[in-house]
This record gives sequence, structure tokens and C-alpha cells, in this order.
Amino acid sequence: MARKGEIMMRALGMDYAQFEQGPIAFDYEGMMSSHGYSLDDIVGIQTRGGVGNTPLLELRNLTDLVRSYSEPGKGARIFVKDEAANMAGSFKDRRASVSIHVACEQGYAGVIAATSGNYGAAVASQSARNNLACIIVQEAFDSRHIGQPEIIEKSRICEAFGAEVVQLTVGPELFSHMLELLDETGYFAASLYSSFGVSGIETLGLEIVNEMRAVTGKDPDAVVITHAGGGNTTGTARGLKLAGATATQIVSASVDLSGLHMASDTDFNRKSFTTGHTGFGVPFATWPDRADVPRNAARSLRYMDRYLTVTQGEVFYITEALAKLEGLERGPSGNTAMTAAMSMARTMPTDATIVVQETEYTGAGKHHWAQLNFARENGVEVRLGDPKENKPGQAIVIPEHPEQIEAVDFDLARMRKSYVRNALSHAPEGYAPTPDDIVFLATDTNSDPATVEATIAALREG
Amino acid sequence: MADTARCSVGEWVEVERVLLEPADRSGALPEDTASQPLMTWVKGFALAPAEMGGECSVTTMTGRTVTGTLSAINPGYFHTFGQPIPELVHVGADLRAKLAQYRASNTGAGEPRG
Repeated sequence: MARKGEIMMRALGMDYAQFEQGPIAFDYEGMMSSHGYSLDDIVGIQTRGGVGNTPLLELRNLTDLVRSYSEPGKGARIFVKDEAANMAGSFKDRRASVSIHVACEQGYAGVIAATSGNYGAAVASQSARNNLACIIVQEAFDSRHIGQPEIIEKSRICEAFGAEVVQLTVGPELFSHMLELLDETGYFAASLYSSFGVSGIETLGLEIVNEMRAVTGKDPDAVVITHAGGGNTTGTARGLKLAGATATQIVSASVDLSGLHMASDTDFNRKSFTTGHTGFGVPFATWPDRADVPRNAARSLRYMDRYLTVTQGEVFYITEALAKLEGLERGPSGNTAMTAAMSMARTMPTDATIVVQETEYTGAGKHHWAQLNFARENGVEVRLGDPKENKPGQAIVIPEHPEQIEAVDFDLARMRKSYVRNALSHAPEGYAPTPDDIVFLATDTNSDPATVEATIAALREG
Repeated sequence: MADTARCSVGEWVEVERVLLEPADRSGALPEDTASQPLMTWVKGFALAPAEMGGECSVTTMTGRTVTGTLSAINPGYFHTFGQPIPELVHVGADLRAKLAQYRASNTGAGEPRG
């Protein structure tokens, strides 16, 4: 749409042009702080919005289960931040609360967000509390008008909070339709990727540090974060650092959906996961500015120390285990990080601590049983076996024993190279990166200028 | 008995629309997606009586007027948990047994800490 820039400028509530430094570099920290809210201000906004201060739970049974099959002296203590206790059932309430606050402050009559996930519920819930009109645009169905039960539940909960839900079939043109709706209504674009939303997640990192210091007397050794678009990793990591937990390892985790095409009508209902998967996790980490804002505030490669993948079958197994051993019926997508944490705990000493930083609500449709029954109905095999045999879209292999759960490290060096290649390919042809660009790329990939320069040189030759 | 094939004025209904015909869709789509129209469904209050499959205009929850084909009257939600998954029904008992065995052989393990 030719008027895209004009529509987005009116809908975003801020001018992104002020942060641009060239075709590659931009002032990320300037963008993140331009809303003018301190972390304390955001805590205040969220307290008034009924968001945050969720329970931090130690999972003693899961911890001992890991110890039962670990080498002596191994088996880190596992904790979870029960984000399902937020009003709309996930950490996304933190993200929505700041955007909705900004929309109110700036006098918008309503908000629009494009999301088939928990974010829609959060935006709808916060809009209801603030008397704002709300439209949620969802990719909901395949061409047969069939949708994953988890997404149908998200349509229901958004409507329960009074939102207008616009359901679409599969396709990236959803974003053009969202632009048309923004143009028609003049509403605020409550993008998942704005600095408002990502700043709202920083309080989660802050709470984790404060609570872990109170319970264990130290910062957590690792925080494991279910990773999709990158906001969860970015916001949590920034909060941890703001709270002084600079030595805590930041671990992102996604469900491996390799082999499935995210824009395919046929693959759409064979994913068995709606989020927290590599289909979002890899493209958004390696090119964050693919988002619906000029510059994405969610830049996960800046922060992740490791990126782990787990299989569909492993996550469904751990979702069942969490309910049966800890009395926590949550997820399933939100248990991706829990599954990775179970694998990591086995290699860490018993006095080490791991925090899984979210859970999400569960219910009819949005439940591992519903997703597995749906997978079977759509021709995906579900069986017991070695999770390494799991094949997305074809076979979901449920582990026979917890010992079989083994997260796999994604090659971060490869992701960093991919990011640099994407950044160069989006600059004008023949553009030579400046020293400032090199520093920006190094920071944005949690790398160093020499590595970035070597990558660029290799790309030129290749 | 209510006429399920026809809605009345003010009734809560769903309308269906074709947003893009296959020929107008974005490039670079996989073939299975490119060959299908981009469809949309929106719910609202019917502005006039309409037949199922006939043209219908609605006022949505945000007050927009949307015109499409009447696709459902008072649409409900029928998603469920479904049946238990046979591959998962033993997980709870298996893991509790493992835990009990581990704790029996490691006195003091699992006691509240911190």
C-alpha cells in the first residue's frame, strides 16, 4: 500500500525517523527510552493495570526428577515465574499494558493488533479496562475454514473481553489488511514490536532478580525464555540487566518446526504449536526489522547467550509432567522453555539455579491434549519413541522417559552471520558499511567489530 | 422455532468476505496458499434480515459497518480438550514412581530448601 508510511506514522504514536543513522545503523537505546518512562514508571502503570507481580514457584518435584537420572552432584534447582496468573493469562499483559497506556495518553479511541497468540487476549483485556475499542486481526484458518483449536480459543477469549476479532485465512497479506483497518479507524497500532511493548517486559526480569535474591540470596545462573518474535528474550534480558543480574546466562528456547513453511496453507494446521517455535524464532532473530514497525524493539540476538531447540513431543511430555508432578496445568507453547530447562538442569550443579520465566494459561482448545488430538485428525502421527525421531508436520514423538529429553544448541555464529547478510541486503546496492554500522551490527548481534568485518569480507567474496 | 437459515435485525451473526482473489495475492507465496483466495470473517449485529449465504451488513463491536455473506447466526465455540492422549496417560504415574524411588534412596533429597 502506497500510503503505508503515512498510516503507520499516525498509528504508531512516535516518529521512528529521528533514530535513523543510515541504511544500517540506528539509535536503539534512544528509541527504547524515547517514551520517557523509567522502569519505576512502568511498574506503576502495570500495578494500576493489574499486571505483574506473579508468583515465583520452585519446582522441587521436577528438580528431583532431573536429579534422579543425572550424574551425582548435577541437577540444578528449577524455578518458574507463573505468568499465567496475569489477568489475560500470560506475560503478554506486561507488553499490552504499556501500549494501551500510551494509546490512552495520546487520545486514541481504540487499538489494533495483529496476533493469533496470547498478545491478542492481553490487548483486549487491557483495552476493556481502559474503555478503548479494540480490533484483533488473526491468521486463524486454512482454506477449509479449519483452525488449530489453540487459535480458536484465542478468538474466543478476545471476544470475551469485548474485542472485534477479524479472522483471516493463511497469508502475509494480513498486514495489508491491518493497515486498511488502521486507516479506516484511526486507531493506535499496538504492535508487538514497539518500544512500548518490549519495555513492558523489562519488569519481568526485574521481578525475577528481586525474588531470586530474596529466596536464594543470589542472582539466577540462567533464565530460560520461550522465544518467537524476540520480545520475550529482549525485554526479560533488559530487565535482568537493569536489575544488576549481569552474569545471568540468557537462554532462548524454541520448538523445532524445521521443514514447515510458515505461509503454507497445508502446513498451517500441521504445526501443532502456534508460537514459541523456530518458524518465528529464527527469521525474527536474524532479521528483526521484518516486523510491522519501522524498527523492531525486539532484537533478541543482542541478548541471547544460547539458543536451544526442543521437539514438539518433548514439550507435550513436559506439559503433562508439569501438571502431574507440580499441580501446574499450563501451556503448552509456554512450556517450551521449561523443556529446555529440564535438559539444561541435568548438566548444572545442584546449587545452580534456573528460572523459566513464564507460563501461559490453558483451557479448552489451548491445551496439549487438544493440540495432539487435532494433529492426529490432520494426519500427523503421534507415537511413543525417541524424540530425536520427531518430524514436524509428520510425526510427533512423545518421549518414553524423561532422560530422552535433550535440547539442541542452535548455532549462534551462523545466526549472527545470517543477520549481517540480511542487514547488508536491505541497504542500497553497493552501500559500504561505515565504522558506525560495524559497531551497530556488533552490538546488535552480541558480537564484536572484528567478527562483523570478517563476516562482511566473507560475504563479499562468496 | 427460530428460523436458523435467516437472521433478524440486531441478531449477532458472522459475515464472510473474499479480501483477495488468488490472482491478486502477494507474490512469493507457496503454491498451496497462492491458489486460494484470502478470506476473512467478522462478527457483528445484523443491520437487516438476511438469508444464510446472502448479502448481510453488520455493525461490529467497534462500530464499523462490514458487508459480506451471512455465514453463521449466533456463532458459538465448540473447541474442547478432546480425549486423553494414550501416549501421555501413563506419564503422571511413571514420574511419581521415579520420584518416590529416588527420594527413598536419597534421604533428605527434595526437602524444602532456601
